Amino acid sequence: MEGLAGLASPIAIGLLLGGLYVVIALGLSLVFGVVKVINVAHGDIVVLGSYFAWVLLTNLGVDPMLTVLVGAPVFFGLGILVERFLLHRAIKKSADAALIVAFGLSLIIQNAIQWKWTPYSRQLGTSYMLESFAIGGLRIPLVYVLDFAAALVVMVVMHQFLKRTYLGQAITAASQDRQTAELMGINPARVYAIAFGIAMALAAIAGVFLGMTFPFTPTFGPSVLIIAFGVVILGGLGNMVGTFLGGMIFGLSQTLGGHFLGPTGQQLVPFAMVLVVLTIRPQGLFGR
Amino acid sequence: MQTPVDRTDPGALRGLGESCTTPAEVLLRVSNIDVYYGSLQVLCDVSLEVRSGEIVAIAGANGAGKSTLLKTISGLMHPAIGSIEFAGRDVTRLNAYDIVSQGISQVPEGRRLFPEMTVLQNLMIGSYNRSARPRREQNLARVYELFPILKERRNQVAKTLSGGQQQMVAIGRGLMADPKLIIIDEMSLGLSPLIVTELFRVLHEIQARGVTVLLVEQNVWQTLHEADRAYVLETGRMVLSGNAIDLRQEEQVRNAYFGA
Repeated sequence: MEGLAGLASPIAIGLLLGGLYVVIALGLSLVFGVVKVINVAHGDIVVLGSYFAWVLLTNLGVDPMLTVLVGAPVFFGLGILVERFLLHRAIKKSADAALIVAFGLSLIIQNAIQWKWTPYSRQLGTSYMLESFAIGGLRIPLVYVLDFAAALVVMVVMHQFLKRTYLGQAITAASQDRQTAELMGINPARVYAIAFGIAMALAAIAGVFLGMTFPFTPTFGPSVLIIAFGVVILGGLGNMVGTFLGGMIFGLSQTLGGHFLGPTGQQLVPFAMVLVVLTIRPQGLFGR
Repeated sequence: MQTPVDRTDPGALRGLGESCTTPAEVLLRVSNIDVYYGSLQVLCDVSLEVRSGEIVAIAGANGAGKSTLLKTISGLMHPAIGSIEFAGRDVTRLNAYDIVSQGISQVPEGRRLFPEMTVLQNLMIGSYNRSARPRREQNLARVYELFPILKERRNQVAKTLSGGQQQMVAIGRGLMADPKLIIIDEMSLGLSPLIVTELFRVLHEIQARGVTVLLVEQNVWQTLHEADRAYVLETGRMVLSGNAIDLRQEEQVRNAYFGA
């Protein structure tokens, strides 16, 4: 009974943390699904989002939750510019070219951040961050609840956007058959730019919540990217439910791994799971 | 009474009946286009005309260049030389996604439905272009009238449909764009004769509702019984044109396509 009761906390935290991982993964999934590019700069863009929030917090006292509302549109605009003027030409050349450009972006972002804001670790700390709920004998820090709530909100909004708007359906169509989408009157270049913009907006949102949950440094990006990869591999590409479940499983395997095997387990178990899934069901547990 | 087929003038008007009708307006005019895939010339000096309200067919063997011709008309490819005029406007350099709002809608070869989207979603995305959006609900109702089974299966995912049903969705989706001209590439490919006959019946209904039809078909025999006029494309050149009735009698056509 003792061991089992002790499980409630890691399970709860694992699920809630999974929410953060879902938001992180959604941007990567979107770009890969639509533009067919593995955006290896994705993790760094998330961290850039964390720094964006940090700058607004320390210089202007803007609450990170408000920064989400500012950061998303700003990053959306940036994403459109980056896609249109940088990525698009690379994509036209080849998939490899796009990968290299993304990699270059990753390096530029990491070093720019280091140069401007030093390599010291930062965190988005506000007073309410330290609050925690008592639910059924467990103490749950508010931050984790916010992470999960963010995941739900983002998912609902994305789902409605993709299913109910012409633009959302255009993005979906272009990702399934680009040439036929053109025959429908859909401009693929425009769709790609918008999809990338949305992905960067998602990264900005993920960055804010990441920054509230964990301390971050300029070189944290690749670790974030790996989490995103893990979630996408576990859950499969192509549907949001899959990504959601992938996030939950990833988060759970982290916390339960840590609970049973200590800090090494925390790192090891999630990626052991990813390897297992890659072996027995490469399209992901819920992928097409 | 047999009217001779004109081999030199692809656009010559021939009335089907004996009555004297005013010539219908030319909706689509392709003039002397050369089209290349890289350095390979696929179409050479190709011209054709489609008049408002007609069903026009382009027949030809595999590799004749029929699909390339359609792609060029739809704007997916562009001619090196020559011009394409639609409803009085020069559309030669327009991109595919701009041509749709001019009034040309293409039903691609192999249906090319969006596989993970439902029947209804496929139909709805057909009205993506701005000029089609206001009449979306009316057009949807019309598509359901033409293909009642699509209404039944509107929430079924496209890739799970049979070939014939997919073709219905593809044509329906093309109609949702509210086109003046609908272009259908190889409608009968892989479908049973029964279904093809039914689809042709629908095409006549579409024609009756004022939409002009341009078809590309390998199934020459049936097509020449359903179309008003036809062109024959052979290795990138127009070699024959005329009324479908006349072409059916034509020696060359009979030998090439009917084996008799």
